[in-house]
This record gives sequence, structure tokens and C-alpha cells, in this order.
Amino acid sequence: MEPLSWGEIVLRILGLLTPVWIGLVATIALSIAFKRRLGLYGKLFDSPIGMVGFGLVMFWVFTAIFGAMDLIVTHDALSQSASMKNEPPGTPYSKLIGDPDPDAYPFYLLGGDNLGRDVFSRVVDGAWIVIQIAPLATLFAFMVGITLGLPAAYYGGRLDTFLSFLANLILAFPVILLFYLLVTPEIVATGIPSYMAAVMFVFPILFATVLLNSRYHTRPSVRTPVLAAVIAVLGWLYLSLISERAGALEVLPSWLDLFDIPGGILVVFVSVVFVNSPTVFRIVRGIAMDIKTRDYVAAAQTRGEGAWYIMLWEILPNARGPLIVDFCLRVGYTTILLGTLGFFGLGLPPESPDWGSTINEGRKLLSIYLHPALPPALALLSLVLGLNLLADGLREESLRD
Amino acid sequence: MTAWDDDGPILEIENLSISFFTRAGEIPAVMDFSCTVRPGEAMGLVGESGCGKSTVALGVMQDLGVNGRIVSGSIRFKGRDLNEMSADELRRIRGREIAMIYQEPMASLNPAMRVGRQLMEVPMIHEGVSEKEARARALEVVADVKLPDPERILRSYPHQLSGGQQQRIVIAMALMAHPSLLILDEPTTALDVTVEAAVVELVKDLGKKYGTSMLFISHNLGLILETCDRICVMYSGEAVETGSIWDVFDRMRHPYTQALFRSIPLPGADKNARPLVAVPGNFPLPHERPPGCNFGPRCDYFVDGRCDGQEIPMVPVAGDDRHESRCVRVDEIDWDAPPEAGARHAATEPGDVVLRMDDLKKYYEVAANSLFGGGESKVIKANESISFEARESETLAIVGESGCGKSTFAKVLLGLETATDGEITLDNRSIGDVPIGRRDTKTVSDVQMVFQNPFDTLNPSMTVGRQIVRALEIFGVGETEAGRRARMLELLDLVKLPREFADRMPRQLSGGQKQRVGIARAFAGGARIVVADEPVSALDVSVQAAVTDLLMELQRTENTTLLFISHDLSIVRYLADRVAVMYLGHIVETGTTEQIFAPPYHPYTEALLSAVPVADTRVQKKSVVLEGDVPSAMDPPPGCPFQTRCRWKHKVPGNRCETELPPYRDLSDGHRSLCWLDDAELAAMEPVIRTAAE
Amino acid sequence: MGTFILRRVWVMILTALCLTFIVFFLTNLYPNLEKLAKTQGNVRMSDEQVQTWLETRGYLQPLPVKYGQWLGVLPGWQGVTTDGRAVGQCLEPGRPPEAAPRFCGVLQGDWGNSSVFKEPVWDIVSKRLGLTGKLMFWVMVLMVPSALLLGVLAGMREGSRTDRTLSTFAITTTATPEYVSGVILIAVFASSAVGLKWFKGTATSAMEDATFENFFLPVLTIALYGMGYIARMTRASMAEVMTQQYIRTARLKGVSFPNIVLKHALRNALIAPFTVIMLQFPWLLNGVVIVETLFNYKGFGWTLVQAAGNNDIELLLGVSVVSVFVVLVTQLISDIVYVYLNPRIKVA
Ligand SMILES: Nc1ncnc2c1ncn2[C@@H]1O[C@H](COP(=O)(O)OP(=O)(O)O)[C@@H](O)[C@H]1O
Ligand code: SF4
Ligand code: SF4
Ligand SMILES: [Mg+2]
Repeated sequence: MEPLSWGEIVLRILGLLTPVWIGLVATIALSIAFKRRLGLYGKLFDSPIGMVGFGLVMFWVFTAIFGAMDLIVTHDALSQSASMKNEPPGTPYSKLIGDPDPDAYPFYLLGGDNLGRDVFSRVVDGAWIVIQIAPLATLFAFMVGITLGLPAAYYGGRLDTFLSFLANLILAFPVILLFYLLVTPEIVATGIPSYMAAVMFVFPILFATVLLNSRYHTRPSVRTPVLAAVIAVLGWLYLSLISERAGALEVLPSWLDLFDIPGGILVVFVSVVFVNSPTVFRIVRGIAMDIKTRDYVAAAQTRGEGAWYIMLWEILPNARGPLIVDFCLRVGYTTILLGTLGFFGLGLPPESPDWGSTINEGRKLLSIYLHPALPPALALLSLVLGLNLLADGLREESLRD
Repeated sequence: MTAWDDDGPILEIENLSISFFTRAGEIPAVMDFSCTVRPGEAMGLVGESGCGKSTVALGVMQDLGVNGRIVSGSIRFKGRDLNEMSADELRRIRGREIAMIYQEPMASLNPAMRVGRQLMEVPMIHEGVSEKEARARALEVVADVKLPDPERILRSYPHQLSGGQQQRIVIAMALMAHPSLLILDEPTTALDVTVEAAVVELVKDLGKKYGTSMLFISHNLGLILETCDRICVMYSGEAVETGSIWDVFDRMRHPYTQALFRSIPLPGADKNARPLVAVPGNFPLPHERPPGCNFGPRCDYFVDGRCDGQEIPMVPVAGDDRHESRCVRVDEIDWDAPPEAGARHAATEPGDVVLRMDDLKKYYEVAANSLFGGGESKVIKANESISFEARESETLAIVGESGCGKSTFAKVLLGLETATDGEITLDNRSIGDVPIGRRDTKTVSDVQMVFQNPFDTLNPSMTVGRQIVRALEIFGVGETEAGRRARMLELLDLVKLPREFADRMPRQLSGGQKQRVGIARAFAGGARIVVADEPVSALDVSVQAAVTDLLMELQRTENTTLLFISHDLSIVRYLADRVAVMYLGHIVETGTTEQIFAPPYHPYTEALLSAVPVADTRVQKKSVVLEGDVPSAMDPPPGCPFQTRCRWKHKVPGNRCETELPPYRDLSDGHRSLCWLDDAELAAMEPVIRTAAE
Repeated sequence: MGTFILRRVWVMILTALCLTFIVFFLTNLYPNLEKLAKTQGNVRMSDEQVQTWLETRGYLQPLPVKYGQWLGVLPGWQGVTTDGRAVGQCLEPGRPPEAAPRFCGVLQGDWGNSSVFKEPVWDIVSKRLGLTGKLMFWVMVLMVPSALLLGVLAGMREGSRTDRTLSTFAITTTATPEYVSGVILIAVFASSAVGLKWFKGTATSAMEDATFENFFLPVLTIALYGMGYIARMTRASMAEVMTQQYIRTARLKGVSFPNIVLKHALRNALIAPFTVIMLQFPWLLNGVVIVETLFNYKGFGWTLVQAAGNNDIELLLGVSVVSVFVVLVTQLISDIVYVYLNPRIKVA
């Protein structure tokens, strides 16, 4: 078979991404149709920058999801082929030299890497890793940052001094050093990441409990069942998350343990949360300091509301604008961090298709072969760019009123 | 600037229209505005916020920002059209020929540049003088604006000066190049009344001394009366009436002007016998103005077909000098008819004492640094021996300038802070050292508060209804969600808001409406004592009366004790039964309203009375101008707290004022004053405000 | 000012102690020590042998004691190996054990020896730091002026076409981490595949003799990422300052636009970005590590990777102390300059 020309490659990729285009068009069309009723999200569609950003981000989200559903990927991202090593984009696929496989997709659209794996499929699969970890890790960082930042700002005094000192301590730590110290097999063996996870993952439960209790404590008949249900569900998830079979923490018997997170992923997750939390803490604290001087906070105090009600229901909702903007930026930053980890081969398994690891492998032969390193690099660039543009659009729109 | 004869007007604005172009479309901010300022004349521009006053000023300065544009009309300065000048020509005029002063002095000064530099810049740019000469000039002008120690002031950064001093620097900067026109946009709104009085005095004097014409913008009619020769009243982007001060104040010929005067408390108004007449409705937003007369929907004289038929032109008022009005019915309305008597009420009799404060003290300790490195702490004496009692259904006003401890006192009463010393008793229960967290629901719901800033008083991300329901929940009112919702709707009725507002977000409400919601929330638990901290001072003049009215009506029906905190003696005189005047943490004088407003005064009360501008041409005030600023509560003066600014001090033998804290003296029944002055001196005091016989 | 600096220094020392203790704790975890014993001694050591090996070298003492020894506030450890040799923290080959000083920790200037490079840690760190200093110097020279210029030009007239163009550029660079921009730059300017070959794809030769050809790409790679961030901060700060009332005051005083920007806006607008530049240090270090790895420039970042990758405990400790120290000192400087730039901050 003849190798594909560049035009054919582009056409085939665009064709493979059909589900993504459908998803994108549907989302954007629906959003624009109802934009006046969608609040800040709707207003995003008034800003060209925000729209471009949103489009880029959603492109990767759909690619990741449909990729994981096996609608896009052409070859297994891990399977190697001796005949495809470093082959340029558009090369016809064969498992071994001169042995075309009639069942498989006939081409490596973006070529093969140094082990003969399909670059295109790896980029798509890598998207799924990022889309799973980055927003979730950022969300956890926000939980931690919010749960600590609000009281620091609200109570001030020694609590604030202490927490701020801790935050500055972590911020003064060079991130890369922290990763090197935390994300090594030896440290994983000691179980420290598991303990850290055990501490950090409590925050969402604390957060939800306090949130609901402060709101409904005047109505025990509503409060008690709701709270019990929420704590039960979250608690179970929490225990399943932290307990590992034959790991450092074996809390749940295995028949109750819903899932196990591989140690490598867990430690990556924990480190990323750990690195992001202090910054979120500082942002939340700054905004809360400002909002707490408002009269509606004083009004809540004069009717005898509890401190947590004020923090979570009077202050937090009014801080949401800047926090949402920062969330987008931070997901981008987390994506970069994940890439850094992959680039240094920390945490994730070496054959993992995540973009950082792929760039790292590709760079070794960079002066001769560009195609293994460039696609993941551009993928990462476009996702983070999209997130930044989205954040910019959101910021602009939320400042408008 | 040659082709200009000295007798022509300095500034001539003709049919000026200015629009802002936003995404929502064109917003006309000023329409068909004309006015003339002659040499040496002071023109007052008065109107509520958002009516376009500042836009006119910025239009004159040709500085409307990226989205503002002059749509039509001309602005001639000394005969030359500013609209047609090049950027370079404009730059030569700005600062040299026309100078501008705005509301926030701190914001108008560059925080990272020494005051001296900012002043010297003006002559250096415009006249190319040397640094040395510029400095000499700056010194001179700083002395002119009566700032002490000009050398030191020139070396300071703006943040090292007090608000009053900063505003004087801004004025000095404007006068550096001896401009022929000075535009002042609410120059004293951010200042305390006594400081305001001094600044206004200064502006008037300097205006005379330099022969500068002025365009003085304010929402305060009293201030305009004190400073200007002519006035132009604006409403919703248009000038509605213009003329000499005397014509407009005494023979007004526009229904809006009339309504405005009837809604502000002037001496003689009385909440029971002669209540204020509130202007109904709200100020229209620029994009929802009615057809025809903008004031139509709120006007008592509105006639279908004529008032909303066509654009209403300005028409001269027969017989007066350059007096014009934008009303089609000028000649038909009987301008001398007395206002329709509002609902009169019998004065309520105060009941039992519900709240008693006894020698309350509140000190704050501020530490230099908390965790690392210690540092000695300082004590701020926010409240010193506050004693008074308040009865049921009574309105007790607490008067004083910012920083005198009014808000601290409210915080202690509400339990947000605990008293350092002293006693607060509510119905014989001591609550002075019970923080709000440990108060029972009854106590909490009994003592509630209405806040000052309407834009801050409601949580922006919760519906109006939800916020009231939450208060009901907390106060334990109602058994079920449905019961509470029903009660919430009743509360909305009570504060005269439509029930649909329950599901609105606060941003969809106007300032006055938000304030009503705040009042509903405060009364949700059947409050018996309501602390109202300047509840109307941030509202537009025309809605102030309505909100005040509402507060008093609720007070009457609920037999509430109202603690009305304010700096504005006019409104206090109108609605208070008793008054306590505070200065630097002390109550310096208490008594019934009549006692406070008639001599003998405490020297501070006297100054305060004289400082409050009164919008009534018949009133003659004795001028008592206070020097300097309120001392910092961090190091108060020894002896009498007022001794640094008191003009009576020398009448007290020895230097007791400077060494010993004076005792509370009973002047007549219940009238007490914190002063060393003896009876003879007190008896010799003259009234500050005198109304000329009608 | 004096007490302010004292207080800051005190916080800084406290931070440094906490951070080094954390590093010490993490590097001295048992699995790390076990690995160390096996690499230094014998890969096939039994668990027991590992124990004795560690025991004699003081590794099994309580953590605070070890930390104190390393710091130099407790006397150095001493022990005797199974084959009868005296070993000790303060012993040096060629000097009798009796003559050894009692304390020999970081405070005494003794940072220990690298197990990988077989050299005193201090020598390695100082040499590598010098190389990285050279890199950082050029990064700063390139990054700071261009970032500030970009930001000021964009923020000066918010919403203008210049602003849009420059802002898009700035956002793009912040979205491009060093390992992406480095790869792209090498691919475009140094690979034989594209063929431009303007620059070299490695900077190893720049360690000895830096030229434009071998040094520009690494410098540009680090500078680009930081540049966008600083430029955006500057732009935001400048745009905000330009809407302030005092700028209007200046304009209405008749000050010309260039003078408004230079005399009135600039100083106020630079307050925020300046702190950002300084606080970027922990994060620039990331870039340094990535770029030095990518371009094979054997500086401080490269050393960090080597130390961490090879479980070289003493070297890793040394590297950590230095990087923490650099970060804290820059923060201190940033605080002081902030006070200088912003007259509103009063210092006790
Ligand atoms: N930059 C702007 N963009 C859009 N609308 C504006 C702008 N500045 C002022 N306006 C509108 O113009 C009207 C007049 O405002 P202003 O002149 O500030 O009133 P005043 O000084 O009397 O309070 C208001 O409705 C205001 O909302
Ligand atoms: S024109 Fe009509 S509506 Fe307008 S002020 Fe005159 S009487 Fe009132
Ligand atoms: S005691 Fe003296 S200083 Fe104080 S108010 Fe009376 S006269 Fe003035
Ligand atoms: Mg205004």
C-alpha cells in the first residue's frame, strides 16, 4: 500500500473525529440558543475569546471521552510493532515487516514512535488521562483551599497566621523537588502518599457536612436524614478510595472496597493536589477577607448565624466569579504539572500514553524524527491555551456586570 | 485666547447631548442641556445620582472615555468651541484654564508620588517654570488652602494626610495655575460635615480671591445654596429648571424641584404635624425613560396627552431673570398651593424603659504583629462611658462624625463585640458581655439592625424572599416552610414591595427597594429595638423620605424603639425624640430634640449645627468653622476630647479643658453636657440657626 | 525598616528549618536508606547486613538527632564497621580520628559527600549553581524587560488592537510549558528534519563557552514561559491603574499621554508584577530543571535530577537547602522592594 499524503491524513483524522464534531456542534448550538438563561456560562458566548477557549477545551473533552469509548482510537496505544518504529505519518500499518493486518486500521495516521506504537492513538488516549485527573485534582485542591481559606480569613488572628505560614511553606518549596521527593517508588512503599490522601480526601466530606448542617440546622427533620445519607455515601466512597488491598491502609474488607487506585496514580494525584492547595488557599483567603466586610455578612452575624453558615452560604457564593476563573486557569496549570511529571517519568508507568511521557520519549530522537514528540506537545499546548482563553473570557464577562 | 471679550460668558453650553455606547446600545446620559457661566459666577448643578451631572462635567473636560461621545450641541469656553479643539489645544486648556476637583480626594491623588511633585507639575507643564519656582508656588498655594506646615505637607505622600487635608491638596492643585473655571464634582461628599463646612468655606473664599468661575456639582441643595449664585436642577439627563438661587429656591417653577424641596427635612418639618411628602416611584433608568416629560410618571400635575405627547422644551419663566423651566404647565399650576397634607399622626407616648446602657466602655487592643516578633499593642478607646436609656416606641438619635464610635456602640449592643466594661440591660437582662453566639433567639430577634449601604446589605446571590425566610427560620418564626413563606409575603406587603419581588435577585432592585428588604428582614422576628445605621444617607434624595416614612410607620405599628444613627442633623431634628451627640467615643451631649437644637449647646453640637447645610433661604446660620480634623482614637487628647478644636476653650479658667475630663452636667431636666463651661457662659450662647420671620 | 527585615529574616529561618526538616525526613525514610545501603555496599546484602551497615553509619538514630547532626548542632556520629574501621561523620581520610572536630554539619560548612559524584556536596553545588546562575542571568535579561514592555504597551490602552495582539501572544506563551516550547523550538530551529539548523539542540558546550548559537534556545525556552505570565500581570495592573481617578486627574491637569504613562502610571503599575517576578523563582526552578535536562546543560537543575534519581541523599539535601534558600532570599528581596515601590505600606 502507498503511504498517505498529508491531505489524506488530515481528511482521515477529521473523519475519525466525527463524533467529536457532532458533540461540539450540538453543545455550542444548544448553548447559544439558550445563552440568555444560562447565567455566566451563557454570557461566555458573547465573548469571542471565551468561545474559542471553550471550543478548544470541549474538543479535548469530547476527544477524550469518545476516545475512551473506543470510537476514535485506531490502534491499541500500548501495542508495539517492529515494522512501524519511527515510521513517518501516513505509513500503512503492518504488525511485522511485510505482514499487513487486514482487520486493523490500515495506517498509522501520525506515524509510529520509537517502539512502533501509533502516535495518533496515544495522543487520543493521553487526553483521557489528563481529562480524568486534572479537573478532579483541581477540584480537590479547591476543596482543601476553600475549607482552610475561609476560616483563615473569617477568624483571622492566630489561625490565619498559622495557616498562612503553612501555605507559604509549601509555596516556597520548589515544585519539582517536591515531586522528586514524593513521587518515587520508595516513598510510595512507605505509604506516605496514602496517608496524605487519607487526610486530603476528608476535606470534601467535611465540606459537604458543614455546608448542609449550617444550612438546615434550624430544621432538624430535613437536616438529619439528608446529612446521614450524604455522609454515608461520601464516607463509603472515601473509605474505598483510601483503603487498598494489601496496601498501607487496609480499612475496608475487600468485598466492601469499591475500587482501588493504583499507587502510582494516587501519588501523582496527591502531589498535584498538595501543590495546588496553598495557592487556592491564598486566593480564597484574599477574596473572603474582602467579602467579610460587607454589610450582608454583618446582617447574618446580627441574626445570630453560625460562622460556617456565613462562610459557606454568605461569603463563598459571592466569591464564585473569581474562583471559577481561577479554576479554569488551575486546570491548565495542573495539566502542565501532569506533563512535567510524565516528562520526568515520575509516577505514571513508563509506557503510559500521557502527553508528558510521550513528549519525553519523543524528544530523544527529536533532531531526526519530529512526529512522535510534536503531536502530544501541540495537544497539550492547545488544551492549556483553551483553558486560559476560557478563563479570560469568563473573567471579562463576569466583570461586565 | 485673544478673541474673547471679557464680558462674555466663561462657559456656554448649548443643547448638549452626550451618549454612552455600550453593548446594550446607545445610552443617552445627557440630553439637550444648556447652561451659561459668567465670569466670577458660581453655577450649581444639582440632581440625584445618575442624572448626568458628572457626565456634563466630563463633557466640558472632553474626557468621556472610550465609549462616551458628544452627540450634538456645543460647549464654548471663552468663546471657543471645545468640541472642535485638537488634543494639543485641549491639553493646554486643561489644568490651566479649566481645573476639576472630584469626590474622592484619596483616589484623585497619585499614591506613589509626593504631594509636592504633583502640585509642582502643573506650572511646570503649562508655564515651563523652573522647579524652584514651581516649588515656591506650591508652598504659597498650600498655605492658601490653610494647611499647617506646608514644607512637611509637600514632602508627604497622599496617604499620610487625612481626608480633609487631601481634599485641600486637590483644591490647591486645581488652583496652581489660576484657572478661570473650576469644576467641582461633589467635592465634599466623602468628607465629614464639619470638615465639609471648612472646605466649602475655603472654596468660597478662594473663588472670590482668584475671581474664578465655578461649576459646582452636588446632590445637596443646602450646599448649593451656600456656595452658588445660580442653579441648574437636573433630572434624568435633562436640565429641568435653571435660574438664580433665589428664584429657584423661593419661586420654583418645576414640579420636580418642588417635590424635591418637599421631601427634604427643613427646619420646621415635624414627623407628626408636618410630615415630609415623599416623591412617589423611582428614578427612571436611562434606557427606560418615559415618552415626553421624564418626570411624568412621578408628577402630581401630570396630564395625559400633553405631558407625554411631545418633547418638552425649556421655557422662560415670565418676570424672572434667566429663569427657565421644562414643564408644559408652568403657567397653569398654582405654585403657592400648600402641599396636600400628608397623613398626620398623634405623637406616640414613649413607654417603659427597654434598653439601658450604663457606663459602657469598649476598648480595642491592636497588636503590632501577632505570632512572630511581638511588638507592644495599642489601645483604641472606641467608646468611653456611654450611658443612656431608651424607651419603648421612642426614637433615639445618635449623632456624630465618622470614627466617633457610633458603629462600635451598635456592634456591642448587637453582640458582635462584647463590652470592655459597663452594663447593657435589655428588659432587666444584662447583655453587655454576652456575645451573639450565646444570646437566646428571643434576644437576638429583639435587637436588629438596618444597614447603611443598600448595595451591600443584601446577599447578591440569594433571592430576596429566601433571605427573609432565612431570617424567619433563624428566629424560629413559623412551623412549616409554607408558613414562613406566607409570613415573608406579609412582610413584603408591610414594607410596600410587590410580592413578585420574593423571587427576584437583589441586583434587580433599586437602592430604595433593597433598603426596604433590609428593613423587612430586620423586623422579621418582631424586633423591639432596631438600630438603623444611616439607613437613608446612601439613597437618592427623592426616595429618602419614603424610606424614612416607612421606618417610622413600622415603628408606630410595632411599638419599636428606634436607635437612629446619623451624621445629618436635619433628619435627626425631623424624626428623633431624643438625641445623643457623640465625639471621639464620648457622648458629649444628650437631651430631647428641642434641648439639643436650642442653646445652651455643647460647643461641639454648636459647630455641628452650624456645619450642616440647610436648603432654606430663610434660615440664617451663625458660622462656626472648626479647625483641623477629628483626632485619632488611638491617641486622644488629654482632658476634654473636644479641646483640640473647641472655640470656647478660652472661656474656661485655667487650662482645665486640657487636663481634666469634664463631668456630665445636668443643664435642665434630662439635658446633660460634657463640658466645663459655667452657667453664665452657657446662658450667653446664641442660637446657631435662626429663621427669618416669614 | 530594621525590625521589619529582622522579622522577615526570622520567618525565613523558621521556614528554612521546617523545609529542610521535611526534606530530611523524606530522604531518610527507611526504603531510601535501604536502597542507599545496597548501592553503596553490596546489592545482594541481606536485611540484617543492611541493618548493621546503616547502624554503624548513624542512619538508624532518631530523626531529630540525625537532623541535629546534619545541621551541626549535635556532635557528629561515629561508629565502627564490621571489618573494624572507624567511620564517622567528621572523619576525613588522611586525618587521624582524634583530630576530627566534634561538630561537622551544614553550619560548620560541611555538607557531606555525594555518593554519586564522589565529591564534597558543597563543591558540586557551588559549581553547578554558577552554571545555572549564568543561564538565569540571561533569562532575566531577556525575560524581564520584554515582559514589562509587552505588558505596559498592552495595558496602556486597554482593548486596542495592540492590546489584543500582545495579550494573545502572552496567553499562548503561558500555555506553553518549557517541555513543549523546548521541543517545538528544537524541532523548528535545530532539527535536521526541518533543516533550518540555526541553533544547536544541546547546550552542553555552553557550559564552557556560551555562544548565541548554543545558548539562545535554552534561554528563550525558559524566558518564554515566564514572560507571558509576567506580561499578563503587568498588563492587568497597568490597565487597572489607567482607569484610576488619579490618572484622570493627571490627564485633566494637562499632562501629555507619554508622561502620564511614564510618570504617573508606571510606578504604580509595576508594584504588582514586581512581586510576581520574585515569587516566580520557585517556579522558574521548574523551568531550569526541565530545560537543563532537555538541552543537556549540566547545571543545578540537572544535578537535582541526578541526585534525586540516584538517591544521593546528601547531595539532594544540599540541593534542597540551596533551592529553598534562593527562594526565600528572593522573597525577602521582593518584600523589601515592594515596600520601597509602594509608599502606602508602612513598616514598623
Ligand atoms: N462609562 C459609562 N458607560 C455607560 N454609561 C455610563 C457611563 N458613565 C455614566 N453612565 C451613565 O450615564 C448616566 C449619568 O451618569 P453621571 O453623569 O455619572 O450622573 P451623576 O453624576 O449625576 O450621578 C447614568 O445613568 C450612568 O449610568
Ligand atoms: S410636563 Fe407635565 S409631567 Fe412634566 S413636570 Fe410638567 S406637569 Fe409634570
Ligand atoms: S470642656 Fe472646654 S474644650 Fe471641652 S467642650 Fe467644654 S469648653 Fe470646649
Ligand atoms: Mg456623579
